[in-house]
Amino acid sequence: MRGQFLPLTLVRPNREVSLMAVIGGQGLRRRLNDMGLSKGVKFKVIHASVAGPCIISLGNSRLVLGRGMAHKILVKEE
Amino acid sequence: MSKRLTIALAGNPNSGKTTVFNSLTGSRQHVGNYPGVTVEKKEGNLNYKGYEITVIDLPGTYSLTAYSIDEIVTRNFVVEEKPDVVIDIIDASNLERNLYLATQFMELEVPLILAFNMFDLAEKQGLAVDKKRLSELLGCPIVFTVATKKTGITELLEEVIKLKEGPVIFKKVRLDYGREMEEEIKKIEDILIEDRVLTQKYASRWLTVKLLERDSEVIKRAKASLHAGRVLEQTEKSINHLKNIFGDNPEAIIAERRYGLISGACSEAAQRTYELRHTTSDKIDKVLVNRVLGLPIFLGMTWLLFRFVFGFSEPLMRWIEIGRVWLQQLVRSFLPEGSVIQSLLVDGVIGGVGSVLVFVPVIFLLFLVMAILEDSGYMARVAFIMDRFMHKLGLHGRSSIPMLLGFGCTLPAIMATRTIDDQKDRLVTILINPFMSCGARLPFYALFIAAFFPGRMAGNILFSLYVLGIIIAIIMAKLFRRYLFRGPANPFVMELPPYRMPTLKGLLIHMWERGVVYLKKAGTVIFIGCVLVWFLSNFPWGPQRSVENSYAGRMGRVIAPVFKPLGLDDWRLSVGLIGGFIGKEIVVGTLGTLYSVDQAGNGATSLREALQNQTRADGSKMYTPLVAYAAMVFVLLYMPCIAVIGVIKKETNSWRWPLFAAFYTTAVAWIVALIVYQGGRLLGLG
Repeated sequence: MRGQFLPLTLVRPNREVSLMAVIGGQGLRRRLNDMGLSKGVKFKVIHASVAGPCIISLGNSRLVLGRGMAHKILVKEE
Repeated sequence: MSKRLTIALAGNPNSGKTTVFNSLTGSRQHVGNYPGVTVEKKEGNLNYKGYEITVIDLPGTYSLTAYSIDEIVTRNFVVEEKPDVVIDIIDASNLERNLYLATQFMELEVPLILAFNMFDLAEKQGLAVDKKRLSELLGCPIVFTVATKKTGITELLEEVIKLKEGPVIFKKVRLDYGREMEEEIKKIEDILIEDRVLTQKYASRWLTVKLLERDSEVIKRAKASLHAGRVLEQTEKSINHLKNIFGDNPEAIIAERRYGLISGACSEAAQRTYELRHTTSDKIDKVLVNRVLGLPIFLGMTWLLFRFVFGFSEPLMRWIEIGRVWLQQLVRSFLPEGSVIQSLLVDGVIGGVGSVLVFVPVIFLLFLVMAILEDSGYMARVAFIMDRFMHKLGLHGRSSIPMLLGFGCTLPAIMATRTIDDQKDRLVTILINPFMSCGARLPFYALFIAAFFPGRMAGNILFSLYVLGIIIAIIMAKLFRRYLFRGPANPFVMELPPYRMPTLKGLLIHMWERGVVYLKKAGTVIFIGCVLVWFLSNFPWGPQRSVENSYAGRMGRVIAPVFKPLGLDDWRLSVGLIGGFIGKEIVVGTLGTLYSVDQAGNGATSLREALQNQTRADGSKMYTPLVAYAAMVFVLLYMPCIAVIGVIKKETNSWRWPLFAAFYTTAVAWIVALIVYQGGRLLGLG
C-alpha cells in the first residue's frame, strides 16, 4: 500500500490526487486542516517541483505549499 | 439618545472583508491596537435606523485555534467584548473552506450573520444557493453581497437589526460530533459547569471542544479554574479514549465533523458547476509565476514601478519646494529681524518640517504602488516566486512579504512578521528587515541623487541602493541562520487569491491609511526633532552666535572623525545622522535647518545647491559623487529609527533584540560605507 503514496513534490502537473497522510507535528496538521486540507481530500496539482514550492487547486482556491511542507504531504494519484 | 450597536467583521483572508468594511463605514474609520498586542484594530462608525453602529474589522483568519496572534485576538474579542452581531464574510466562490470558520463561530454560540461575498462572481460560475434552506441548516441568516458594488450592504444592516430586535428566526444549530465524542464532551462539560466564573464568560461546550483539541489558550484558562485538576485529568482520559477508538487525535475528528456539517449543508442547499474563477488567473499565472520568467518579471516590474514613482513625484516635489521657500521669505519679512521667534519659525519650523513634507508625494505614490500589488493579488505570487530563493537563505516565501513591505516602512513590515509561525524565521526576518530601504530614507536619497547624480543616472543609482540593501540582508540572513538561529526552516502554506482588478476606492484608502502614518510621524516626532535640532544649532543664543560654536556643532565635531574614513567630513551630516535616530526622514530636515542657519545671511537657498557648493577646508568640494554615494549607503544601512526599535521590543518582548539590531546594523553600515568609499578611491572613482 505504502508504495503508492508519493510526496506532493513528485506529482506531475495537472494530476488529480488524494491526500493520504501528513508527516509532521500537530501544528502543521492543524494548519492544513484549517485550510481545508484534511485526510482523504482530493485536489489537483497545478505546479510542482522538487526544488520549489507547489501550487494546488483545492475546491475553488489555489494554495501555495512551501517546499518543506510539500515534501511532507503524501498523496495518491487518482 | 440613539441606540448603540457593535458589529464585528470576521472572515478568511481574501474574502473581501476589508471591502465590506469600507462599504459599511465609508471614510469614518480609525485605526488603533488591541490592548496588550500589536495587532491592528480597525474601527468605523455609521448610523442606521436610529442605531449608532460601531463596526470592528477583525484580523483575517482561517480558523479560531490558538495558532496565531491574529486568531487569538479574533477569538478573545468575540468572547470578551461580546459584540451584538458577528458578520462572517464568506467568499462565495469558495464556500466549503470559508464556512469552516463559520462553524467555529457557531460553536462559540455568538449571534452570527453570514455574508456570501463576491456573489456575482460565484453566480457566474454556476453557483446556486437556496438561501432559506442553507440558513436553516446553518442556523443563521445569510445575505448575498457584492461589496465592491455595494450590493447587499443595506440588507446586511437590516439583518443586523432584525437579529438585535428579534424574534429569532433561525434556530441555532448545534454541531453534532458523533456519539463517542459527545459522550466524552459531556463528561468534561459536567465538571466544567461547576465553575460558574469560567462558564459565565465562555460557552462550556466550546471550552470542552477546545480542550479536546488541546488548545493552549483554553488549557491555560482551565488551569486557572477551581477544578483544574479534575478537568485536565478527564480531558487526558477522554483524549486517550478517543484516540483508541478513532486511531487519530480527537482534533482531526472534530475538524472532520465540521467539514461534514458544511458539505452536508452545501450538498443540500447549494449547487454549482465547478470552477471557472481561476481560469483567467491560471492563464496569467502561467506567465507570472513561470519557473523561468517569474523572477525576471518580478524584478522588472519592481524597477518600472520605482521609475513610475519618481517620474511622477519629481515635479510635485519641485512645486512644494518652491512653496516652502516662498513661505519662509514671507514669514521672515513679517517678523523682527534677528529675533529668536523669527529664527525659530523660519529655520526651525518651516525649514525643517517643510523639507520633509517635500517628500510626501514620493511616499504616497510608493504606498499606492504597494496597494496595487497587494489588491491585485500579485503580492501573494511574490511569496511563491521568492520561496525557492528565500529557502536558500533558510527562510521561506512568507518572509518575502514583510521584506517587501519593508520597502514602504519598516514598522508595518516588522508587524507583518507576525504571520510567520516559526520563531526563528521570524527573528531573522525582523533583524534583516531594516536593510530593506524604507520610505523614510527616500528623502535623503532623493536629495543626494538630485544634487550629485543628475539626469538619466538617477534611477539606476537609486535602484542600486535598493539592491545593495537586499544583498546585505541576504548575507546577514545567512550568517544569522548559520550562527545564531540554527535548525531547519519551517514550511508554509498560503492562499493564492485570484487576480482582481483593484478598485480605485480601495487603493486610495490603503494609500491614505499608510501615508497618514507617515504624515503623523512628520507632524509630531519630526516636528519635535526639528525644533530640537534648531535649538541645538542656535544656542547658546547671542549676536555673535555661529553654528560652529553651537551645541550641535560641538556634538557633530565630536563624532565627525568616526565618519572620516568613509569620506564623510561634514559635521552637519554627523548631526543629521544623530537626528536620524528619531526617524530617518529627519536627516534631511536637520541638514535643511543646519544649512539655512549657516547661510542665514543669504536667505533661504535650496538645500540641494547648498550641498553642491559646500567646500572642505582645503577648498575642494565637500561632496563628490563617490562621497555622496557612501553617505547614502550609510543612511541605507545604519540603525533603524526609534519607532522601529520600539516595535522590535514589543514584538520580541525583550530589549535584547532591539538593542542588538541597533548596534549590529550601525556596524554593518560603517563597514560597507568604508568599503564603498575606499574601494571607489582605489578604482579612481573619486
